[in-house]
Amino acid sequence: MTFIPKPKIAHPSLPKNDLGLTRRDYEGSLSTLCAGCGHDSITAAIIEACWGISMLPENLVKLSGIGCSSKTTAYFVSGGHGFNSVHGRMPSIAMGANAANRGLYYIGISGDGDSLSIGLGQFCHAIRRNVNMLYIIENNGVYGLTKGQFSASADIGTKAKKGEVNQQPPIDPVLLAMNLGAGFVARSFSGDKAQLVPLIQAGLKYPGFALIDVLSPCVTFNDHEGSTKSYAYTREHYEPVVEADFVPFKKEISTEYAPGEALPVMLHDGSRVVLRKLDDDYDPSDELAAHEYVQQHIARGEYLTGLLHCRPTQDSEFHALNRTPETPLNQVPFERLNPGAKQLGKLLARYR
Amino acid sequence: MSVASNGSRINDFVIKIATVNGTGSASANTLLMKSIFRSGIPVMGKNYFPSNIQGLPTWYEIRVSKDGYVARSGKVDIMVAMNAETYARDVRDVAPGGYLIYDSTWPRPALLKRDDITVIGIPLARLCNENFKGVRTRILMKNICYAGVLAALLDLDVERIRELLAETYAKKPALVDANMQAIQLGYDYAKTHFDCPLILRVEKMDKTSGHIMIDGNTAAALGCIYAGATVAAWYPITPSTSLMDAFKNFADKTRIDPETGKANFAFIQAEDELAAIGMVLGANWNGARSFTATSGPGVSLMSEFLGLAYYAEVPAVLFDVQRVGPSTGMPTRTQQCDLISAAYASHGDTKHICLYPANPEESFYMAVQAFDLAERLQTPVIVLLDLDIGMNDWMCRDLQWDDSYRPDRGKILGKEELEKIEKFYRYLDKDEDGITYRTFPGVHPKGAYFTRGSGHTQFGTYTEDSADYQLVLDRLVRKFTTAKRHMPKPVVVGHGKAKAAIVSLGSCDGAVREALDVIEARGLHLDYMRVRAFPFDEEVEKFLADHEIIYVVEQNRDAQLKSLLTLETRVEKAKLRSLLHYSGLPVSSKFIVDGVLGDLLEGRRTVAGGVV
Repeated sequence: MTFIPKPKIAHPSLPKNDLGLTRRDYEGSLSTLCAGCGHDSITAAIIEACWGISMLPENLVKLSGIGCSSKTTAYFVSGGHGFNSVHGRMPSIAMGANAANRGLYYIGISGDGDSLSIGLGQFCHAIRRNVNMLYIIENNGVYGLTKGQFSASADIGTKAKKGEVNQQPPIDPVLLAMNLGAGFVARSFSGDKAQLVPLIQAGLKYPGFALIDVLSPCVTFNDHEGSTKSYAYTREHYEPVVEADFVPFKKEISTEYAPGEALPVMLHDGSRVVLRKLDDDYDPSDELAAHEYVQQHIARGEYLTGLLHCRPTQDSEFHALNRTPETPLNQVPFERLNPGAKQLGKLLARYR
Repeated sequence: MSVASNGSRINDFVIKIATVNGTGSASANTLLMKSIFRSGIPVMGKNYFPSNIQGLPTWYEIRVSKDGYVARSGKVDIMVAMNAETYARDVRDVAPGGYLIYDSTWPRPALLKRDDITVIGIPLARLCNENFKGVRTRILMKNICYAGVLAALLDLDVERIRELLAETYAKKPALVDANMQAIQLGYDYAKTHFDCPLILRVEKMDKTSGHIMIDGNTAAALGCIYAGATVAAWYPITPSTSLMDAFKNFADKTRIDPETGKANFAFIQAEDELAAIGMVLGANWNGARSFTATSGPGVSLMSEFLGLAYYAEVPAVLFDVQRVGPSTGMPTRTQQCDLISAAYASHGDTKHICLYPANPEESFYMAVQAFDLAERLQTPVIVLLDLDIGMNDWMCRDLQWDDSYRPDRGKILGKEELEKIEKFYRYLDKDEDGITYRTFPGVHPKGAYFTRGSGHTQFGTYTEDSADYQLVLDRLVRKFTTAKRHMPKPVVVGHGKAKAAIVSLGSCDGAVREALDVIEARGLHLDYMRVRAFPFDEEVEKFLADHEIIYVVEQNRDAQLKSLLTLETRVEKAKLRSLLHYSGLPVSSKFIVDGVLGDLLEGRRTVAGGVV
């Protein structure tokens, strides 16, 4: 991976968002992933999503671990800080960063190896802590950088490029996240930008841990006949069940929701996600029902996509539970943190 | 060590108390020690406890030292043998001329076969069974009762004991009476049946005013509060846990906004040490002062992240409260065995700033200094305490705070500075001191950069180019040269002209200082240098160059300090002679005296450790 900056030349007719910025302002350096990699489509969706909600680029913190997916944080929003950490440990960096400054957007990009094998523990505990971040797993079922070993998300019976058949059951991040009480759990497909963009916007605005598991085929090591994570297989087996629209705060007044059809979920800043169910039997706000529904479809070999589970979790968000102030901890003046010489004498009284 | 010419041993002796853990003996021992301290007499307390909650042998050693020595002397004058299981060994440990106090409710004639000590039998269990109800209460009170016995034998002020109990049980006054009753039972029995006081006894002094009794973990936690740390992340591990507990306790007292009830700190119990250090890096990277505390096994787990922090230049403060290794080792015993693993934690060419406090007082100041150094040098700082410093109560000078202190945040570009510059390069050495400028997220789009543990150029971009990679790696060496100027200086004792010297660090200090006095009394003068930081500076080099024979005193098997000195200074290896103590108990002055004199006077090289 060499570093190739993109020239910043924008055509004057490019559309601008509320901040007067074009999509080009949300790009990063050039991707060095394989041509046709699903991850690049996700990067494009993130750029679109951030532009669409008029996010200040410097307010986005991009975090990742190690792997093909983790490289992509360099490919979008170059105006935001990025932290490419160590394998499987992105969630802890995200937790610390978020603890220090609650006022920014945190997006973590990970892969199935990074999150479901080496980083499974940190992934689970970030959910338990309900750290306010959008966590995207770019899921392709293989290790790309080390050339095609199965990952923990590989399905039983799926075939590797060299013919080996996977025998071990997969770990499904969506079911796992629901089990652990995540309040925002979605699945999507890198090839469905129309579905992915509003999901990313909603996930960024969601006041708690938001997971999007994005099926993102690896064109080099897992796009062949017999693979259950190929473009062809995914297109055949994926089924959108909930459409999610992201409605920014200012549009709220003009939007009407027909009862029974749409399910608005209020977000912290007054914006909302509107879920439109495509299957009447499915209730995405009910954790248990959602879990069972998703599991049944997995058993049939189908990938349900959309915002599969969503409920408000403000109360259990990390900063809410820890009663930290609105002022980010990294901006609390030193005078308020240091008790001073006089107080030291009092604190030491019991040691005399 | 000194014996007064009249044979009396006033304010100069060692009491060792052998009990079973989980029986409340800690309160009795603290009570005894604190009452001696409040009588103005310098005192030291060491707890030798098992990695267990209830039922295993535990010892507490109290050294009363009119001269203010803070280390173990290496002998026991009074043994309170309350544990039948260790009784035989405890009887053996008493120095000739010493005393044995035991519970005579159940006679143990077979074990009392020493005629060079005085045996004092007190029917503690019987006294408590007759006076208290309930099994648990009787067990607890039996321990308080021996404190009463010692009060009579040592001539302790009973009123002072009552005062301490009243403070401890301010919210449960009924307990004050029950405890005082137990004290009185022991006190009266001893007074009635034995000649009180013994020749070993206490006499009021005025040597403890302006001092406190505090453990190093508490003092270090207080340092973190005063340094302005806001994010504390950790995973429980003995013996570091009490540092985090103390931080939480102080933060609850000092960091909750009285008006809003909001907490100006985040306290995060991580899922493991890997996550704990990850959180610390994330928070520091994002501009909050953040730290963790752990022990040797935790440092092993944190190593990968420490390498990232070194190379990507992320500040971090880590307290390593060392315990006995290797592996799980003996988790409740002390050692200085992570000197090398801390200095070089992680793969690749990696080095870390290490600080070596000698006692709780220094742990407080060095905790503050650690944050300043971490941010000034943009790298992890590891503060190496050990179980002895961290968990034992030490008498130290009252901690002082200068309200004019402001944190040294190092080189940070804020919004205004970023507005003015054309372009920001994270790893460009503009000041040629090896330290570059950093920025925080959310401040300005011009400040954005990409932090990575992979090869990067001085401009902050990814690279696999040899020259670009080496440029950054070589600058990190320059940064470490700069670091030497910021390190706390070594402490040097003596006139500097002696042929032989002792070099040591951390909690060995008390034992070394006492040993120097004893050796001096034998007519030999040794100089002494206590190193306080890694990397070593020019003063360390000079001291090593100025002496012909250098005893390196440390508490590990493999001579880790000696190895570091050999690797990182110009010293001739042949000049360094090791005195290694690694039994898990704090090093005693006797061990050092025997080692140095044995070598200097008799040519007996003592490289291996003993249990003294």
